[in-house]
Amino acid sequence: MSNHPAYTKWADNQLAKSLQRFPERRARFIHHGNTEVPRLAVPADIDQNYLDQLGFPGQYPYTRGVQPTMYRGRLWTMRQYAGFSTAAESNKRYRYLLDHGTTGLSVAFDLPTQIGYDSDHDMALGEVGKVGVAIDTLADMETLFSKIPLGKVSTSMTINSPAMVLLAMYVVVAEKQGVAMADIKGTIQNDVLKEYVARGTYIFPPRPSLRLITDIFQWCGSNTPAFNTISISGYHIREAGSTAVQEVGLTLANAITYVQTALDAGLELDVFARRLAFFFNASSDLFEEVAKFRAARRMWARIMKERFGATNPSSWMLRFHTQTAGNTLTAQQVDNNIVRVTLQALSAVLGGTQSLHTNSRDEALSLPTEESVRTALRTQQVIAHESGVANTVDPLAGSYFVEQLTDRIELEATDLIGRIEDGGGVVACIEDGFIQRQIENSAYDYQREIEEQERIIVGVNDFVVDEESKPPLLRVAPEVEDEQVARLTTLKHERDNADVAASLDRLADKARTDTNLMPLVIACVRAYASLGEICDVLRGEFGEYRDRQ
Amino acid sequence: MTTKHRILIGKPGLDGHDRGAKVIARALRDAGYEVVYTGIRRSPAEIAAAAIQEDVAAVGLSSLSGAHLRLFPAVVEELRHGGAADIAVLGGGVIPEDDVAVLLAAGIKAVFTPGTSLEEVVQAFAAVCDEQ
Repeated sequence: MSNHPAYTKWADNQLAKSLQRFPERRARFIHHGNTEVPRLAVPADIDQNYLDQLGFPGQYPYTRGVQPTMYRGRLWTMRQYAGFSTAAESNKRYRYLLDHGTTGLSVAFDLPTQIGYDSDHDMALGEVGKVGVAIDTLADMETLFSKIPLGKVSTSMTINSPAMVLLAMYVVVAEKQGVAMADIKGTIQNDVLKEYVARGTYIFPPRPSLRLITDIFQWCGSNTPAFNTISISGYHIREAGSTAVQEVGLTLANAITYVQTALDAGLELDVFARRLAFFFNASSDLFEEVAKFRAARRMWARIMKERFGATNPSSWMLRFHTQTAGNTLTAQQVDNNIVRVTLQALSAVLGGTQSLHTNSRDEALSLPTEESVRTALRTQQVIAHESGVANTVDPLAGSYFVEQLTDRIELEATDLIGRIEDGGGVVACIEDGFIQRQIENSAYDYQREIEEQERIIVGVNDFVVDEESKPPLLRVAPEVEDEQVARLTTLKHERDNADVAASLDRLADKARTDTNLMPLVIACVRAYASLGEICDVLRGEFGEYRDRQ
Repeated sequence: MTTKHRILIGKPGLDGHDRGAKVIARALRDAGYEVVYTGIRRSPAEIAAAAIQEDVAAVGLSSLSGAHLRLFPAVVEELRHGGAADIAVLGGGVIPEDDVAVLLAAGIKAVFTPGTSLEEVVQAFAAVCDEQ
């Protein structure tokens, strides 16, 4: 509480409106002993610097969070990334997760799906159903969401280069369930730029990829207004070895590129900007991570308002998903990973994330078992319901250390964005390898620190024990690949192949023009054209990207 | 140190996680080897052809997607087909312990699981190169 006029103004406007629309989870939040937990702690002497740099939650520049009451109003979405084997197996896992209190789905696709190959393609050998679920046609997607009401559940899909095809399948499945398009909620990752430098599931060269992304922005703007059209991801950049500063700088540089491309195509800023979402990594350096999330939020607000001139506050808000850092998990003494994940998840919550995936303890060894996934979800529930950190907003604000870190990350990440722009922008800096080198150098330095014991990894380079018991692992049976191929072969015989060919021809024709391709892809999907067939048409028109090694 | 050999680091299959592959390529370079990195998403045949063309002493493979049981032996097989059975193949990645023996039996000379130090990896390459 404060009697500063800026505080009063915030309390009477943003806060009052928010409380009216989203009542808090409890009438009172208390410590043991009945003392009340303050909603928002603020300095006794609010000055101009506080108002410029921090302000109040739900208010520009959003350093303290995008909602006035944050988790007192609603907890973050506990969204566990899952999917493996066949659509039927993954469907079972999703229903298990929903039964255990997960509040949003997050679909992992296998690598052939992510790269636009059908399960029977030569390059799919050994990869079908391994790191996610295999989806070849609409039929697989129907199985994947069987008995899951798409009007109620929000679904995040980790799909990039072929995002348009999977989104089209999702839209058609929802339609078959009788769900109105306006009610479809979720996110597609659809962030191709980071694929060229970090994650590797690119198909087409950068420029036509950016066109597909812009087509999706435009189509969703008028058809699925509640769907997030992109999740601009620092997660994988960090996993590839970047520092926290590079994660923010490179991610926001990519975001700027998407916004500029959409503006150049004539889209309206305040229509598409509010459906841009972000995805960050929660790694082990607790306070630096908290500062990173806060800095990213402030930077994006300033970029959107000051640089692009967005006028709708929704366009200024950086809303993000977080996943704990997979690369920090160790194969040694796997239970230690539960502790690492707890600390990382805590940083995401202290940093104000909108949704969170916690990794499972056994992921340095294989895909997680059902039991370890449950522990990972329980970790979030303990933080949410027992730790008390969700009962007040932005609890670390005003810490000299955290505020200095926040300022430093903003300064250094802004400098990196400047260097990329001086180098001709993101696409030019991917093509000449500047961005890749930034990440590789950081990755190498990190590994050297471990080798030289400047950095201690418990159980790996110190506190090592001889382990005898190994945890049970989840294995994807090799038959999954053969069965998936058999299903696809049958379907290709049974569908109306003239219809498929006609829809693919129309797609090829329009790919040469600047027509929005989304409706054409929906038509292909509806005819049960396969993902590989659709992507092959686009490969023919757009060409394929090869990395620069 | 005697004359250093050439080494090819390859990413078979569709896995794009090449942080480890790149770090190892660099560590081998720092140890004095001439290292060729294929880049990601290469087929076993492409990797074997590159190894033969570059006349390397050893190939290091990396996969984190669980496809190692099919892909690593496929590279060994392609090298044999190409008349280059003498090129040693080593591999690493997210590989469950039970699979290590399977890979060794399929002709992979050494298998590195998460947490292996760079020193250990460099020594294993040195050992197979010295046999040449």
